Amino acid sequence: MVKINSNAAPVLFQSVTKVYGKDVVAVDDINLEIKAGKLVTLLGPSGCGKTTTLRMIAGLEMATQGKILIGDRDVTQLPATDRDVSMVFQSYALFPHMSVLENVSYGLNFSGFSKSEAFDRAVTGLDLVGLKGYGDRLPSELSGGQQQRVAVARALVLEPQVLLFDEPLSNLDAKLRRQVREEIREIQQKLGLTVVYVTHDQEEALAVSDQIVVMRNAAIAQIGSPRDLYDAPASRFVADFIGEANLLPCMIDNISGAVAEVTIEGYRHRLDANGLSTGPATMAVRPSRLDVKATEGFKAKVVKSTYVGNRMEYTLAVQSGEIFAVHEDVDNTLAIGQEITLGFFEKGPVLLPAA
Amino acid sequence: MDKNFAKKKTHPVLIFWIIVGWVSYLVVPWYGVEDGFFRFEWLFDGYPFDPDYAPAAFLLVQGKKLWLAPLILPLLASFLVLRLRKSDPAYGIILILVGAIGFSWLIVQGFSIGIRGFNFNWLTALFGDLGDRQFGMGYGALLLASSFLFLFTQGIAARGAVNGDVFVVSAIGGVILVVTAFVFFPIAKMLVAAFITEEGMYSIDVFASKFFDDRIWGLGCLGGMRCGVAWNSLFLGIVVGIVTTALGLIFALIVTRSGFRYKRWLRALTVLPIITPPFVIGLALILLLGRSGAVTVFFADLFDVQPTRWFYGLPGLIIAQTLAFTPIAFLVMIGVVEGVSPSMEEAAQTLRADKWQTFRTVSLPLMRPGLANAFLLGFIESMADFGNPLVLGGNFNVLSTDIFFAIVGAQYDQGRAAVLAMVLLFFTLSAFFAQRVWLGNKSYTTVTGKGDSGVHPAMPKRLSFPVFAIAAIWGGFTVVVYLMIVFGSFVELWGVDNSLTFTHYITAFKVSYNEFGIQWIGSAWDSFWTTIYIATVAAPLTAIVGLITAYLLTRQTFAGKNAFEFGTMLSFAIPGTVIGVSYILAFNVPPIEITGTGIILVVSFIFRNMPVGVRAGIASMSQLDKSLDESSLTLGANSWQTFRKVILPLLRPAILAALVYSFVRAMTAISAVIFLVSAEYNMATSYIIGRVENNDYGLAIAYSTTLIFVMLAAVGLLQILVGKTKIRRRINIGS
Repeated sequence: MVKINSNAAPVLFQSVTKVYGKDVVAVDDINLEIKAGKLVTLLGPSGCGKTTTLRMIAGLEMATQGKILIGDRDVTQLPATDRDVSMVFQSYALFPHMSVLENVSYGLNFSGFSKSEAFDRAVTGLDLVGLKGYGDRLPSELSGGQQQRVAVARALVLEPQVLLFDEPLSNLDAKLRRQVREEIREIQQKLGLTVVYVTHDQEEALAVSDQIVVMRNAAIAQIGSPRDLYDAPASRFVADFIGEANLLPCMIDNISGAVAEVTIEGYRHRLDANGLSTGPATMAVRPSRLDVKATEGFKAKVVKSTYVGNRMEYTLAVQSGEIFAVHEDVDNTLAIGQEITLGFFEKGPVLLPAA
Repeated sequence: MDKNFAKKKTHPVLIFWIIVGWVSYLVVPWYGVEDGFFRFEWLFDGYPFDPDYAPAAFLLVQGKKLWLAPLILPLLASFLVLRLRKSDPAYGIILILVGAIGFSWLIVQGFSIGIRGFNFNWLTALFGDLGDRQFGMGYGALLLASSFLFLFTQGIAARGAVNGDVFVVSAIGGVILVVTAFVFFPIAKMLVAAFITEEGMYSIDVFASKFFDDRIWGLGCLGGMRCGVAWNSLFLGIVVGIVTTALGLIFALIVTRSGFRYKRWLRALTVLPIITPPFVIGLALILLLGRSGAVTVFFADLFDVQPTRWFYGLPGLIIAQTLAFTPIAFLVMIGVVEGVSPSMEEAAQTLRADKWQTFRTVSLPLMRPGLANAFLLGFIESMADFGNPLVLGGNFNVLSTDIFFAIVGAQYDQGRAAVLAMVLLFFTLSAFFAQRVWLGNKSYTTVTGKGDSGVHPAMPKRLSFPVFAIAAIWGGFTVVVYLMIVFGSFVELWGVDNSLTFTHYITAFKVSYNEFGIQWIGSAWDSFWTTIYIATVAAPLTAIVGLITAYLLTRQTFAGKNAFEFGTMLSFAIPGTVIGVSYILAFNVPPIEITGTGIILVVSFIFRNMPVGVRAGIASMSQLDKSLDESSLTLGANSWQTFRKVILPLLRPAILAALVYSFVRAMTAISAVIFLVSAEYNMATSYIIGRVENNDYGLAIAYSTTLIFVMLAAVGLLQILVGKTKIRRRINIGS
């Protein structure tokens, strides 16, 4: 029984730009470093350039400017055939006229393996994704989840330097998504592969990634670990894109060292200055970091109260508008019209520039 | 709203058809008017008592044609329903009986009593000699038949068919009736004719002897002699199918998988077979490669040999048909090549396959069903081709021309023509079946929406060189042939006197003015105007029948829909020769006696070209979301109003396309037309063939060239009109 090894390599983008036609800039001068053996997610709304970036790593698109290095090899001009990169497509792209085993051994046949060795490796690959014995079936005879696993096996058996996933969960139903994303993460960690993952679902990104690259309008908005991005977004866009965020106007009164004193809704609070100076600013707070049963805080009035099974969702009216908060106490709920004191949990709000 | 409908006591549609029924019985001439109904001369020529023009009622009053009397009973019975509510069961039952009995009696008497009294000997034996006779049915009978049909369909609708939708049921009934009357009935009559002996009896022996004739199935060519005509046609069809598919694939690859800069011109090639009368290519090739052809003579002089007739027969036919049908294969293959999912090819590339390996192991296998489809199309077209074999078949007999000679020549052997038609039908229907049943569902082209944002890779180098080379040669050849067509029309006498002249055009199209106005002196004007006239009449009717059928197929579900669809698309697989022969066998005698008139030409065009309208309609209507219909219905409109106010306006491009293509196909038809023309109604294509048979090539080519330009103008007009519609309105379909 052969073993599937890891050939994981790092990926480096140096000032890479991709322009379609004369003036459609899909990727604008990005610099990116993906360490070997890590799972990095490219996250962003439609049209932000994440799929184009992925396809440039694969070699399906050629960069207009800049350099791309995989390992220590400059692959900028290499076509997909010659790169050591495998890709799992969104539509799986399984060859309908070949059996599952033929699909999985397809790439091996072009890599110089003998027929029997290709066969062995293909069988190992199928085993790894939990599809032992499915070799003789046709893709049309498999469920969506099984088809995807065949696509993963087909990519894995080539022991690529980088493994790419293009929105792999979008064609699966909700229940299957959690299970499959955990399996992908498990395989990646077990084999120590470098994986670049594209998705627009931020919960998925937070769940599987070592690092997330948030992209917007052909550029990178922020790079960081899931926690960093969630708790310390660098801009309104990132704050709003990852999870829900309440964006409240506030006034920075003074700064002492790294700590700022702000007035928000008439309530004074201290938090990390985040490099800003006195004056108007925006405070970003996650709904789960607002304490609806606080003793210290500012006034708010309950406008909506919704039960969603595992928690309560409240819409609260404050001076500057409406705030969205959640609380896990589903038994002692707040009533509509109730006046409460709204406070912050310890690790909560983040300061952002005013604009 | 429906509840009120059912309770209403006034039924405007019902009243309309009852009135039509009575008017057709009392006022409209029952039998066909010889000089043409729409000249209305009959009004002043003894109407309403002259038995040639009398309505049914007047005939009865004079004691003539008493077998028409029973028809008055259902007509009277129809009054009974006027006071009933639609929801009353008696309403539906009475209408069904009225319609069924009336219609059946009409048909029965039509087939039983003909020119010589009773048509069947056992009737004469039963009732004695009739002493009277009847001719073919006219507008009176036609309107009464329609009235009974639509009363019947309203009755079925009232009993609950298709949710009580009168429009849909009537449309289905109408289409079934016309397709049965003008497609199935003639074909059946022709097939039966294969069994008739000279005495008029039916015999299986006669059929067997004609069917298994050596002239059809002989294998003599394996030993140096000639082969049976069936094998000839089959062989030709297979060869042409293969070659056109290969060429079509080559051109499709250039258009979709290369950086070729003049792709638009290539796509324009697909227009060519639409505007070219089928035999024109054969004519142009004769000018190039025939015995006096430019190329033949050139090479003969070069090698100092005698020019031969090498071109006539199988070689010439293969070349001519390939030239004619490659654009069709091209059109099909473009769709097939583009339909291969790009992400499959990209996946193959990321799996270390290079471009050639990707093409060989992924792209080509995925195109297999499409290739088979294109092959079958080429096969059917070759089988049905009549013009080219007629012009340059030489000694190589094919089924379509043999059918023609069996009827038109000194033979006049109906039985043999019917048997040949049967064999030809067998081949084309088998191919048609194979296409629909076997390939219809097998598609490897994926239809995913979002996931396929990939780009088609360019052709591998190993492929692109031969592809471009072959395409260049073949494309160049096609251009030369078409140039020949234009050039040849200006040559005085090809091969003898190569001076350029306008003589042929003048002979054909001379116009002069005198004190009486415009005089159309040229010899071609008669057939030209007839053709334009007939094509103009046929086109809207074709479009209507086609679009209604398309509507029924895409928008409605009803019992027997699959059979309905199969029946309506069947006429595509029936070669024109077969239609022509079956029409003259079926419609030369009462009850439907229309040979020699313009009507038979119009009818043959409608049913030959119906699939064009149906396809255009299906393609466009599939793009209109069903929710448009549904919202219209929930807002209170019925099916007819929905069709008229919502669907039809959105279908303008499809309607225009159907109109223009029906018109153009009517102008280029030859295989059916050649049987159906008469002294009064001569069509351009048959006139041209006549000129060719008299070796008047100059005139024939001049006329053909003119036709091509007329049709180019028609298609060009369509492009402009459709383009305008697109600019003027931005249609938000269904969103």
